[in-house]
Amino acid sequence: MASKTTNLVADWDPNRAAEIISAHLGLEGPALPILHGLQAAFGCVPSEAIPMVAKALNRSRAEIHGVVTFYHDFREAPAGKTVVKLCRAEACQAVGGREAASFLLASLGIGWGETTPDGAVTVEAVYCLGLCAAAPAALVNGQPHGRLDGMSLIEAVAEETQP
Amino acid sequence: MIRLFVPKDVSALAVGADRVAKALTQQAGEGVQIVRTGSRGMTWLEPMVEVETPEGRIAYGPVTPADVPGLLAAGLLSGADHPLRIGRPEDHPFMVRQTRLTFARCGIVDPLSLDDYRAHGGLEGLTKALAMGPEAVVAEVTASGLRGRGGAGFPTGIKWKTVAEATADRKYIVCNADEGDSGTFADRMVLEGDPFCLIEGMVIAGLAVGATKGFVYSRSEYPHANVTFTEALILAREAGLIGPDVLGSGRSFELELRVGAGAYVCGEETALLESLEGKRGMVRAKPPLPAHVGLFGKPTVINNLVSLASVPVILAKGAKAYADYGLGRSRGTMPIQIAGNAKYTGLFEAAFGITLGEIIETVAGGTLSGRPVKAVQCGGPLGAYFPPSLFDTAYDYEAFTARDGLIGHGGIVVFDDSVQMGAQARFAMEFCAIESCGKCTPCRIGSTRGVEVIDKIMAGTERAANMAVLEDLCQTLKYGSLCALGGFTPYPVMSAVRHFPGDFNGSGINAKVPAE
Repeated sequence: MASKTTNLVADWDPNRAAEIISAHLGLEGPALPILHGLQAAFGCVPSEAIPMVAKALNRSRAEIHGVVTFYHDFREAPAGKTVVKLCRAEACQAVGGREAASFLLASLGIGWGETTPDGAVTVEAVYCLGLCAAAPAALVNGQPHGRLDGMSLIEAVAEETQP
Repeated sequence: MIRLFVPKDVSALAVGADRVAKALTQQAGEGVQIVRTGSRGMTWLEPMVEVETPEGRIAYGPVTPADVPGLLAAGLLSGADHPLRIGRPEDHPFMVRQTRLTFARCGIVDPLSLDDYRAHGGLEGLTKALAMGPEAVVAEVTASGLRGRGGAGFPTGIKWKTVAEATADRKYIVCNADEGDSGTFADRMVLEGDPFCLIEGMVIAGLAVGATKGFVYSRSEYPHANVTFTEALILAREAGLIGPDVLGSGRSFELELRVGAGAYVCGEETALLESLEGKRGMVRAKPPLPAHVGLFGKPTVINNLVSLASVPVILAKGAKAYADYGLGRSRGTMPIQIAGNAKYTGLFEAAFGITLGEIIETVAGGTLSGRPVKAVQCGGPLGAYFPPSLFDTAYDYEAFTARDGLIGHGGIVVFDDSVQMGAQARFAMEFCAIESCGKCTPCRIGSTRGVEVIDKIMAGTERAANMAVLEDLCQTLKYGSLCALGGFTPYPVMSAVRHFPGDFNGSGINAKVPAE
C-alpha cells in the first residue's frame, strides 16, 4: 500500500508492524507497549501503522492517533542519528542547565525538538532524567551524562556522532 | 577473593562509573571480583568505589579512570590510605544522620541477587505477612502510619482496607513509579538498587487486599532502571516470589512492568490508570476513587513506589518500630532527595521532623557554587519556593502545608542567589502548559495565560494590574483544576511572588539580580 508518508520511514515494513502488534495482543491494555515496539523498530510510529493498530485493538483510527499525539515520546517521523534528551527541569536549571542547553542548541543551529539539516543530531527537551543530584544531565543515544556544562555537553554529543 | 563494589546506578554511570569499573577490571589483577551495586545515595562522591576489608567496606570517591593506577598502587585492595579515601560509608556524616529503613539495602547489595537480598533482611516482611493473614497485614500497615510518599500523603492502610473490602472478580495493585518531579530520584534508586524490595512490597499488598495482578508504571526517561527491574522480575518469577504459587503459599500474584511515554501528568493516579489502559493520559474526575473503580474498572490499590517499598520493612520490624520515627501525623521516614545547586547532593532518608534549615545548611552543606542560598524548591515543579527565612519549617506533611508548601515526593532543589525568581515562576506556568492533559480549562488555558501575564509583569507593562491578574489566575487554577497539575502550579508561582517581590519589579526576566 503506497502512502504519501512512505518517504518518512525508509524501512517501513507492514509485515514487521503486524508482527509487533500481534506479539502484544495478549497483554492487558496493549496500546502503549505496541506503540513503543513500533517506535523501537521504525524510529517513529509510522502513520501507516495507525489503522493497523486501530483494527487490532478494535478502536477508531482517531483514538489511536489521539494516543500517539498525546505522549511526547512518540514521533511521527524518525529522529536524527544521535538523539540528545536534554533535561530542562529545575534541578538542572539550578546548576547552569539553561546555559548549557543554549550553548548546544546555538552550536548546532537548531531549536528544541529540531534535527540538524544533515540529520545527524536531534535535541529533545525532557523534564527530569532522575539525575538531579548530578545535574545538568542528558541522555545521548541512551548514554547518561551528568555534571555537564556547555563544552562537556558538546563533547558528549561529538563522541556519539563520530563515525 | 577480594570484592570491589562499583555502582551501576545511572547517576554513577552518568559520571563515568562504567569506565572506572573497566579500568579496575583491567588493572586490579587476578583474585578480584567486581560487584555492581545500586548507589548509596552520596551522589556527589560518585563514582564511589568500595572494597571489602576485615574492618568493613571502605569507600573511595569520586574516582576517575585516571585515579585507578594510583589507587591500586596505594593499596586500594586492602583499604589503604589515599586522598580519595572516604572510610566506611556508614561512618560518613551524611550517612550517620540518616535512618535507613526503606533504603537499608540500596548501594550495599547486588540488586539482582536474591541471595544477597535474603541475607540483608529481604523477604522477612513477606514471610510474616503470609503467616499473619490479610486482615492483620492491612491493620499493621494502618498502624504504621504510612502515608502516600508520592505527595498526597493519604494513609496507605486506609486505601488497602477499602480495596480489601471491595468485592470484585479481579483487583489490581498499581505502583506509581512515574517519578516526574524534578529533584526526585528515590523511585529510580529502588528500581536500580533494590528492585526485589518493591516486588516484595507489591506481593504483600496483593495478598493483603486479594489482588492477583500488579503493574509497575515506570518512565521512558529511566531506561536503565527499566532494564534492571525487568531482570529482577525474571529472577523473582524463577524463584517463585511472583507467579501462580507465591513462595509455596498457594496464592497467586503476577507482576508486570509498563513504561510511560514522556507525559508528566501520568504521575497523577487517574491519568496513570488511563495510560495503563492504553488511552491518552487524561485525568479522571473523582469520585469514584480508584479503590472502588480503578484499573479496567476494577478495585485498585495505586500507591507510590516508595510507599510500597516501605511495606516490607514495616512488616519485618513491626508497625510500632516504624511509627516510632517521625512527628505528629507524619510517621516513619522519608527519602529526602537533595539536588540542584547543593554541595552534597543525594538521597538522605530521615525521620520526619528534621528542619528544612538543617537539611540545607548541614546535610546539603549549602550551595555547590559557594554563593548564598536564595531559594529551595520543595516537592517538585508543583512545589513552593522557600526562602531561607522559612528554614525553620519542620519536614512534615502538615508543617509544609501550613507554610503554603508541600513535601511532595521528597525532592529539594537548591538555588543560589543567581536565580531570577520571575524566570522560575514563568517556567512553572510554561511546564504546566506543556504537560497539561487538557481536560480542564483552568489548567489547559490558565497555564498559557499565566506565561503571558508573567511576561508582561517582567517587561514592566501595567505591573500592578497584571500582578492582580496573576493572583486571580492562580486562585482559579488552585480551586478550579481537576488534579494537582493545575491545582498546585500556583504554589511555585505565588511563593516566588510572595517571597521574592523584587524579582518581579519589571526590569526584565534576564535582569541580573544584584549580588550581596
